[in-house]
Amino acid sequence: MNFAELIGHLGQHTVDGLSKGAIYALVALGYTLVYGVLKLINFAHSEVFMIGTFAVVGAWTLMGATDNPPFGTMILLLVGGLIAGVAASGATAVAVERIAYRRLRRMNAPPLIFLITAIGVSLVLSETFGLWQGRLVKGMPNVLPRKVVFTIGNTTIDNRQLLTVVAALVMMFALDQFINRTRYGRGVRAVAQSPDTAALMGVNKDRVIVLIFLLGGLLAGAAALLYNVRYGNTRFNVGFLLGLKAFTAAVLGGIGNLRGALLGGLLLGVVEVYAATLTSSAWEDVAAFVVLVVVLLFRPTGLLGESLGRARA
Amino acid sequence: MTDTLRRINDVRRQAAGSVGDRWRALPRWQRAIGFLAFVVFLYYLPYLGIPGLIWLRTDTTPQGNDWAGVLFICAVYVLIALGLNIVVGLAGLLDLGYVGFFAIGAYSVALFGSTQSPVVEALQNRFGLSPEWAVAWAICLPIAIMFTMISGVILGWPTLRLRGDYLAIVTLGFGEIIRIVARNSTFTGGPQGIAAIPGPQGAPSADNTIFGLVDAKPWYWLALSVILVVVIGVRRLENSRVGRAWLAIREDEDAAAVMGVPGFKFKLWAFAMGAAIGGLSGFLFASRNAFIDPTQFNVNLSILFVAMVVVGGAGNMAGVALGAFLLAYLPERFREFSDYRTLAFGVALVLIMLLRPQGLIPSRRRARELHDRAEEVPANV
Repeated sequence: MNFAELIGHLGQHTVDGLSKGAIYALVALGYTLVYGVLKLINFAHSEVFMIGTFAVVGAWTLMGATDNPPFGTMILLLVGGLIAGVAASGATAVAVERIAYRRLRRMNAPPLIFLITAIGVSLVLSETFGLWQGRLVKGMPNVLPRKVVFTIGNTTIDNRQLLTVVAALVMMFALDQFINRTRYGRGVRAVAQSPDTAALMGVNKDRVIVLIFLLGGLLAGAAALLYNVRYGNTRFNVGFLLGLKAFTAAVLGGIGNLRGALLGGLLLGVVEVYAATLTSSAWEDVAAFVVLVVVLLFRPTGLLGESLGRARA
Repeated sequence: MTDTLRRINDVRRQAAGSVGDRWRALPRWQRAIGFLAFVVFLYYLPYLGIPGLIWLRTDTTPQGNDWAGVLFICAVYVLIALGLNIVVGLAGLLDLGYVGFFAIGAYSVALFGSTQSPVVEALQNRFGLSPEWAVAWAICLPIAIMFTMISGVILGWPTLRLRGDYLAIVTLGFGEIIRIVARNSTFTGGPQGIAAIPGPQGAPSADNTIFGLVDAKPWYWLALSVILVVVIGVRRLENSRVGRAWLAIREDEDAAAVMGVPGFKFKLWAFAMGAAIGGLSGFLFASRNAFIDPTQFNVNLSILFVAMVVVGGAGNMAGVALGAFLLAYLPERFREFSDYRTLAFGVALVLIMLLRPQGLIPSRRRARELHDRAEEVPANV
């Protein structure tokens, strides 16, 4: 137990954890949106994220990305990557809904059937990329070289961490406003609260469901860009563990609750970094799940409770 | 396209349904004879040489594995599916960490039975025993079952009060924790795993005449016999007070509680029973393999196990056994397409769930539940 290291560089580890957790949070939002409306664990969401990472790499290759590009090119690459990732992930998420889930919804299938279908879809997507892109880790140019932006005490904050956390917060804020302020958002909340009543009141349920899959996909695409910037590599099965963590984060914060997903993601990132510092990185996954179990014991619906449907009208 | 498939499927379903009805209409003694003949056929399977069925054997293909060895793995998977069926099919609890129990069963026999395990070495040093001493295989069996049941209760006690979807993620985490602990601890041999795991004839050596390392047939027969015992036991359990309580909880937990069925207690029982059977299969697997390491207990396996149960037909033992057999056997038979196996598996899962959500051989009660749900499809404008 390396307490001296943790206490001595508490600020640094917290910043690391937050930037790691911001990626979890963005993916977790996709799980939580779908769960809040459909009460369904969308296991295929992890592959939606994976496809985003490959789309970003593809766009960068097309745009001829190199290591350490000049500032203007860098901005262009980031925007191009974002557009590609968001488009690919959003399209995949909507396609999964249309091809697999809609039919099951018509049958009013129990959750177990949805789950196995989602696992099947997830296998198909990741295997397709495994066969097409090879099974090895795929490297990519270092588009955003690490550069310290500012220092507080002995805590340094670099441009990647800043970008990740700020981007996640901005997107979270935008999503929150969208769900709580707009006409479409009202539709989402109505369907989450009571699908039948919402349908009788003239809400187009299918359109709302496509919308939430699309939103989740868009956020996963943005998360894919941030992931690529942070880790600089991807792989056909990159989604599995990250999806697991993101789902854990969503449950930790209270699944179906947008702010809960953000809180859960950030918290999970920090817990993992702390645990890895205290013991070794081999135990960080154990810490993540232990925290989940302990939180669920005392707050069975997560830290902030489930509330997409019960949010203020 | 799916609509055409669905129509074909309807025709086929009627044909298959009449076979099932005709079977159930037979007198009891005829059904008993049919069942006995099937069991005899299963015992004969390793020698399979009936013309026209030889292509079923896995060793007829290039790079094919030993046929009896494949049968043994299939039998272990069937046993796992029978255990998971209690949890998922009967009690309706979604357990995504079943590989954890499988691993605990396997590690129990490895840690107590192998002369090379750190636990046995510690015991030898503590009590001044000879370096050949280890716990006998037959005593490892109750140890394995005891440990898995205890871990089932430890996992179930805090988590079974949670709603279904939370249970899924917590159990998934449990399976992962078991694997990580096995990999990172010194007492489990760490990533190197543990070798020299004993079988019924003691530690693996060239002198073992029956349960040796080469010939897998006796191992298959042993696993098959265990399956038969478990099938009979679970069938008795299904038709008992406990089994009826499980079905009641699965269909409507609140209604069951109102009728005086204590949900938590019976769910915990289901968890413990399922865990014990999972431990038993892990025990057999480790004995036959004589070597285990943490990579053999991946989370993906848990998902495969749930897929076996759901594809076969949750709640019906014949169904889950068929599902387990197919999902273990088909990848072995089609080894030459190994690159595309997982892809095909994914496509098959999606298609089966879309076209036949009740599974290949559904339990009648469960098929009716699904049918009722489809009738009460919610409003759609």
